[in-house]
Amino acid sequence: MGKIRGRVWKYGDDVNTDVIFPGKYTYTVSDPSEMPQHALEDLDPKFAGEVKPQDVIVAGSNWGCGSSREQAVVCLSEAKVGAIIAKSFARIYYRNCLNNALPAIVCPEAVDVIQNGETIEIKLEEGKIISAAGEFSFPPLPAAVMEIFNAGGLIEYTKNRLKVED
Amino acid sequence: MPQTFAEKILARKAQLPETVPGQIVEITPDVILSHDNTAPIFGLFQRMGGVKVFNPEMHAVILDHATPAPSTKHAENHRVIRDFVKEQGINNFFDIGKGICHQILVEEGLALPGEIILGSDSHTSHAGVMGAFAAGIGRTEMASIWAIGEIWLRVPESMKITVKNCLPVGVTSKDLALYIIGDRKSDGALYMSVEWHGEAVEALPLSQRATLTNLMAEMGAKNSYIPPDQRTLDYLQDRARREFTPVYPDEDAHYALELEYDAGTIEPMIACPHTVDNVKPLSAVKGISIDQAFLGTCTNGRLDDLAAAAEVLKGRKIAPGRRMIVIPASEAVYLAALQAGYLETFLKAGAVVESPGCGPCMGNHMGVPAVGEVSISTANRNFRGRMGTKESDVYLASPAVVAASAVAGEIQHPRDL
Repeated sequence: MGKIRGRVWKYGDDVNTDVIFPGKYTYTVSDPSEMPQHALEDLDPKFAGEVKPQDVIVAGSNWGCGSSREQAVVCLSEAKVGAIIAKSFARIYYRNCLNNALPAIVCPEAVDVIQNGETIEIKLEEGKIISAAGEFSFPPLPAAVMEIFNAGGLIEYTKNRLKVED
Repeated sequence: MPQTFAEKILARKAQLPETVPGQIVEITPDVILSHDNTAPIFGLFQRMGGVKVFNPEMHAVILDHATPAPSTKHAENHRVIRDFVKEQGINNFFDIGKGICHQILVEEGLALPGEIILGSDSHTSHAGVMGAFAAGIGRTEMASIWAIGEIWLRVPESMKITVKNCLPVGVTSKDLALYIIGDRKSDGALYMSVEWHGEAVEALPLSQRATLTNLMAEMGAKNSYIPPDQRTLDYLQDRARREFTPVYPDEDAHYALELEYDAGTIEPMIACPHTVDNVKPLSAVKGISIDQAFLGTCTNGRLDDLAAAAEVLKGRKIAPGRRMIVIPASEAVYLAALQAGYLETFLKAGAVVESPGCGPCMGNHMGVPAVGEVSISTANRNFRGRMGTKESDVYLASPAVVAASAVAGEIQHPRDL
């Protein structure tokens, strides 16, 4: 965690999970490492081939609406996307991001001015976004959730808890 | 302090005197639901170091998404699940053809007033029709509940929707829900608990009420709740799996938003491609040619939905060159429709009747449209590619309108046939 620096892929409002990870693959592509090949397939066909680790998705309101399918997060976390900044997130999508330790940042002011293709920097602990148009702050995660995030995701968190209970 | 339904039930489960919106609570759900995704969740559970589930009695596992298996991969997925439920001693397992998970929870008396139901499916809000707090969650967090029996939940803000008067004849709860989604848009209830009140809601049978709680997922709601009344309690009389204590919101609870609608002014509505909130009155889209009509799903695949469609199709034929697919929401609905003669009506009209399950709703099988084709469906989503083909259009409507459109070959009002 800490500092994230990457290219911006900018999208609009109400991007749903069917275009982030098409439903037809939900029971045919089960290996997480294969999921990035289909990331944003029905939204931006260039994305899967060109995305680089630490790139940042910047989106409008209600990113990730629709189905609860977690592949719509895993296809991005496996592609090593650095963070998603949006005006707002769909509820289950937001939870899935935190549970997969993919930073989901709500910052409407930043979304308004960040340009597609520019390189931005995010300082997670400080809650800061640094873009060509200036610096923006966002609120930190609730403490109960930060614990899961710091463990590296819910899988590691639960693994640790099961060990302690043994 | 007076509390909304969500604040009260989460306080009760977390053993706190009260809760406020934004508060994080840790709770143990009463029922946890998974479907064909049980196998991948099991994979996550094993990666967490899980061996035996926390409590097999909490689980409801229902195969519905791609049933009967359309490919070897799907069949292997089902086999992993059958082995899993056997090994773990999970009794609430419903194999292929029993029905759609949300319908089964209600029919089997597993969705109970005052209980918390979490499902790894976005339409889990459906079970709020029985007065439960029911919300969809992701796969990893479902695996974590399997392992440790607990999950964190954020206490949601609450929205109160009051619907006055009565829906006109021929107008259904589907039309009401679509009207409200069109009005409030797909993030209109983002992260909120949506409560339904008012005489129009009280007048609806449970099956029609379920369409309301089911569709609130399309407005971004965390959960949706209808206060249990005599109808609810009567339905549960010989069905409830255990004793339950309903939870009701306080009269003077504080809501983040209170909305009022007049049911008497609602007309048949259609959600147009490619979002559920792109809603227009039927009168504005009449005449659009369709290739396929689909009647079914957790939203509108119950007996009264089939009855409404059968009434339209009786003595009529599906338009030449068009096709209609009917999928009852459960085995019980299938059997009742058979006994009522609806299935005969569908077959004589030229429709195809398939076994209970989700069918083509999310493009797995049983009616994937061709490139450029137009579908009209009673389902809950019309996103681009939802039914399996990116270059196709999906319109959403009530059962009677879907049936009338199949007969006309174009989007049509039943009274204009």
